[in-house]
Amino acid sequence: MSTTNDIVLDRKPEAPAAAAPGFDWVRLVPLATVIAILTLWWFASTRGWVSRVFLPSPLAVLNSAYQVTVSGFADSTLLQHLLASLGRVFGALAASIVVAVPIGAIIASSRIGRGIFDPVVEFLRPLPPLAYLPLIIIWFGIGEASKVLVIALAMAPPIIIATAAGVRSVSRDRLNAARSLGATRLQLLRFVVLPSALPSIVTGIRIALGAGWSTLVAAELVAASRGLGFMIQSAATFLGTDVVILGIAVIGIVAILFELLMRALEKRFVPWSTHL
Amino acid sequence: MYKLHIDKVTFAYGSPPSAPVLADIDLSIGSDEFVAVVGRSGSGKTSLLSLAAGFLKPTAGRVHIDGRTVEGPSAERAVVFQDDALFPWLTARQNVGFALKLRGVPKPERDRRVNELLAHVDLAASGDKAIWELSGGMRQRVGIARALAADPEFLLMDEPLGALDALTRERMQEFLLHLWQDSGAGVLLITHGIEEALFLATRVVVLAPDPGRVVADIAVDFGRRFLRGDTSRAIKSDPAFVATRERLRDLIELQDFEV
Ligand SMILES: Nc1ncnc2c1ncn2[C@@H]1O[C@H](COP(=O)(O)OP(=O)(O)OP(=O)(O)O)[C@@H](O)[C@H]1O
Ligand SMILES: [Mg+2]
Repeated sequence: MSTTNDIVLDRKPEAPAAAAPGFDWVRLVPLATVIAILTLWWFASTRGWVSRVFLPSPLAVLNSAYQVTVSGFADSTLLQHLLASLGRVFGALAASIVVAVPIGAIIASSRIGRGIFDPVVEFLRPLPPLAYLPLIIIWFGIGEASKVLVIALAMAPPIIIATAAGVRSVSRDRLNAARSLGATRLQLLRFVVLPSALPSIVTGIRIALGAGWSTLVAAELVAASRGLGFMIQSAATFLGTDVVILGIAVIGIVAILFELLMRALEKRFVPWSTHL
Repeated sequence: MYKLHIDKVTFAYGSPPSAPVLADIDLSIGSDEFVAVVGRSGSGKTSLLSLAAGFLKPTAGRVHIDGRTVEGPSAERAVVFQDDALFPWLTARQNVGFALKLRGVPKPERDRRVNELLAHVDLAASGDKAIWELSGGMRQRVGIARALAADPEFLLMDEPLGALDALTRERMQEFLLHLWQDSGAGVLLITHGIEEALFLATRVVVLAPDPGRVVADIAVDFGRRFLRGDTSRAIKSDPAFVATRERLRDLIELQDFEV
């Protein structure tokens, strides 16, 4: 007994691995990859390896970024295209949260509810949104509503599934604790079920935002007069490869920003997610 | 004085009911009593507490308080859980104030009461910490304060000291005795520790397994001696204490050979 204690007490504190001296060069690999690709692109376009029509130089793309920002492309500036796309995606997000969270909660808490909604969700989930976009255009026309609806349909399944999983995992002890402290059914929902499921719901929203964003751009390729997808599509018709690449870059950067935004929101609003 | 009465209760899990885990339990707890239930793992202690709390419904018999049948959980029977069951989305302070918030107690009054309770469980300085920043013993005290805030007639505790080291556990035992004295609530305590039961309770109930049933119900007064000023070490080495402890151990270990 005392021997064990002595060994523990005599042991010198180990240096934590992270404190090893020197710089961690491996962290620079992603940056090096990006630089290598840009350099390759640069040489390929300026040395005439590839025709400028197919691959304009990075500088040409930057220049067209400036042009599109200042004087616009296809009747709208870059900012207007971007805002049109963002407006659709966040409109659809709001709509799908309002619908999907209650449906997810119903699926988790009632067998009848699960029977009703599960087949619909399971059918919708693997369906590529572009497959049903034409149908929606036939039904609802080519206006804004159709695009928002398609995006919302793409976003709803991940939120429904995540909400259902979150609600199902609510700790029985915590529910009982709240009930024995006097909680009514409504209070249980508001003060225990919702906060327990929230981390899972936020994860669902993160996935939904990714799915919605890619659906949006695809939907705009088909039917829009403004938006990043439309901008790419109409530039392609005139072989405006610089604007096409610009559009792709903006879409990619926005997707990364979404991810960072969601992570920040997660840290800020559900710090208990890792302690449930 | 209130009386919590577990009145000829038989209980079986599942539907249709499987073999009963509790058979014909008759146990009555006054609101001035401290009743400790001991018994081997699986003897039905947690099931018994869940019945008293209203989380489970008896298969036969009923649970009542002064003639009113218990239909479900209620703040008059606050529960302290073995693995604390605190709400990690709330701070320690908010956990303690939960029952008051549910009742719509205005914030200034709530804050006053919560501060009192936090001070009472020796956590005045840690109120604004997140739950995961607290030690096991601190969390248990938050759980106890949270239950006390409901101002219950009965405090039902399932191994509240199970996860603590020996020294902390001893301090918490003394704390529980003072708490019982001050709160005026009746206590039903589930514990693995025979010595703990003996030191704290005014009655020790022994549960035997398969199916769970009461095989002994012994009145003791070591806790009251502590509250009158004896030290816990003196009490626990008292020959009367040791003799009763051995008797209880025999009673529980007897069940081992019965199967
Ligand atoms: N939810 C459940 N469904 C079915 N059987 C259960 C359930 N919970 C407990 N049991 C059974 O009921 C019996 C009593 O369990 P209980 O949890 O009440 O025992 P306990 O005395 O609290 O044990 P421990 O000291 O290990 O906590 C055990 O045989 C157990 O297998
Ligand atoms: Mg138990």
